[in-house]
Amino acid sequence: MDKFTVHTGTAAPLRESNVDTDQIIPAEYLKRITRHGFEDGLFNSWRKDANFVLNRPAYQGVSVLVAGPDFGTGSSREHAVWALMDYGFKVVISSRFADIFRGNSGKQGLLTAVVEQSAVEQLWKIIEEEPSTPVTVDLDAQVITAAGFTTKFEVDSYVRWRLMEGLDDIGLTLKHVDEITAFEAKRPSFKPTTI
Amino acid sequence: MGRTLAQKVWDDHVVRRAEGEPDLLYIDLHLTHEVTSPQAFDGLRAAGRPVRRKDLTIATEDHNVPTTDIDKPIVDPISRAQIDALRINTKEFGIENYELGNKEQGIVHIIAPQSGLTQPGMTIVCGDSHTSTHGAFGSIGMGIGTSEVEHVLATQTLPLKPFKTMAITVNGKLPAGVTSKDLILAIIAEIGTGGGQGYILEYRGEAIRALSMEGRMTMCNMSIEAGARAGMIAPDETTFEYVKGREHAPKGADWDAAVAYWKTLPTDDDAVFDREVIIDATKLSPFVTWGTNPGQGAPLSANVPSPDDFTDEVDKKATEKALEYMDLKAGMPIRDIKIDTVFIGSCTNGRIEDLRAAADILKGKKIADGMRMMVVPGSVRVRLEAMAEGLDKVFLEAGAEWREAGCSMCLGMNPDKLTPGERSASTSNRNFEGRQGPGGRTHLVSPAVAAATAIRGTLSSPADLVGSSN
Repeated sequence: MDKFTVHTGTAAPLRESNVDTDQIIPAEYLKRITRHGFEDGLFNSWRKDANFVLNRPAYQGVSVLVAGPDFGTGSSREHAVWALMDYGFKVVISSRFADIFRGNSGKQGLLTAVVEQSAVEQLWKIIEEEPSTPVTVDLDAQVITAAGFTTKFEVDSYVRWRLMEGLDDIGLTLKHVDEITAFEAKRPSFKPTTI
Repeated sequence: MGRTLAQKVWDDHVVRRAEGEPDLLYIDLHLTHEVTSPQAFDGLRAAGRPVRRKDLTIATEDHNVPTTDIDKPIVDPISRAQIDALRINTKEFGIENYELGNKEQGIVHIIAPQSGLTQPGMTIVCGDSHTSTHGAFGSIGMGIGTSEVEHVLATQTLPLKPFKTMAITVNGKLPAGVTSKDLILAIIAEIGTGGGQGYILEYRGEAIRALSMEGRMTMCNMSIEAGARAGMIAPDETTFEYVKGREHAPKGADWDAAVAYWKTLPTDDDAVFDREVIIDATKLSPFVTWGTNPGQGAPLSANVPSPDDFTDEVDKKATEKALEYMDLKAGMPIRDIKIDTVFIGSCTNGRIEDLRAAADILKGKKIADGMRMMVVPGSVRVRLEAMAEGLDKVFLEAGAEWREAGCSMCLGMNPDKLTPGERSASTSNRNFEGRQGPGGRTHLVSPAVAAATAIRGTLSSPADLVGSSN
């Protein structure tokens, strides 16, 4: 995973609440067995509408998504994160994220920045008035800036550390393999096995 | 201070706890399927890592599989490739896979409880958000993403921060004709699709204690639709009775030791929840959704709401958008909504009790003219049990299709889909835009409401059939 410290890019306003992962990527795309190439499935149904924000010329090349509350609800499909990243997004900003989506994002290096809904509204206003406004997301300082507007954002401290260091979760856990083995030795005999 | 059920199960699985780090939690059971696992196995292969505990891992083919002609090769080449990938991966890594055609095959959240793999006090994960189903046994069941699937395959653990706890106490008895599906839909409408974020829910109270294990699984299954990664119900005699004697259930002295442990799990009297919600069961009636998220629901007897009924701007806009997508007019009676297709099945309501409830209503009756009705058992075993009871004949004689086991039209990854504009009454769990097929419109309902709707052609409860000429 690449290290994440500061990202600057243009942003797209997604004025929708409860964006579920079925909207982010429909089930049809989940049949693929690779981890890349999901950008064509991103918001597949909405992208058929020429007025959808990502179809508008002003929002080409965006890397920050500013969305309404409860982003990423529903299915656990990590494909939603892959699709966003394959499309070019590095950061999603919202006032609330669904737990599984936020967890999946942290594993893949997509930053989910939590801000107040009032800050989301401010950012929407700024990037709608001037779509070319650069938005800077500083993970070290936990601050978002755009056209003179500044807001702090929340991110889990452990996820922040992992993103900044670009660390692999499995490698970190396997450093504690002796503790896992010791735990296994104490598991009760009544626990079921599949074989 | 006492501890909650969730805290006890969590604490008993902590491998490592350190300041500033998530807990490293041991996973008792890892369920896998074809859709969210191929990239995880690729990751293991690339890193040269083995599966740590093959004996705590199981696979099945469910999301993608056809529900007709299962003896023939899968027509869709991409679906077939994904099934093939699972077969190759499970063989290479030494994991048992219940292939299509095997009598143990079925929806992942149906097969683990029915074989006794799901027991109280466990940690159970799967790359599927409806893993919350297993909480019905007093276990922590959680949906995970593919990176986490790979993590569990490699380490049998997951780094996780403890969740907050929320008690949802359902007082009183459910009125006759009101089911666990109606109850959970009403709860989601009450706390919202984000209400459970960051929490493990615990359903408690008189109405919950009275539920069967099937009913409890329906409740816990839909916890994720309220935003909660897990939902739990304390184990009791109903739970022990269900588990006892099943293939993977503890036997002999192990059984006694297990029950003694399970009895220690219920929330202590002096435990404190981070949030408490109280629901009066006696006031509930059959409940259905009218919108495009599971929180947009109302009693069947109500009218479709108007955006003006909401003060919050976000809710107002969401309602407006949902009514447009669903092609519904504010103020129209929900009972007048005409349905094209009825789907009975899924990990929410694809168990034997659900099929019995639907068959009970359909017996001796016919579905409405032009109605399409699909009944898809959740597993091969459920299918065989239903056939032994003659339920398949009831469905077929009523004019419904009787299918093979799988996830089917709940998410339309196989050929079972809605066509654009088609409207369903579905016993599944998600009414998202296009969930059951692009442009399809979904109303979430209980099996009883689904059956009554199939007969009348509009959203209906069994009570509406009284005096009906059909």
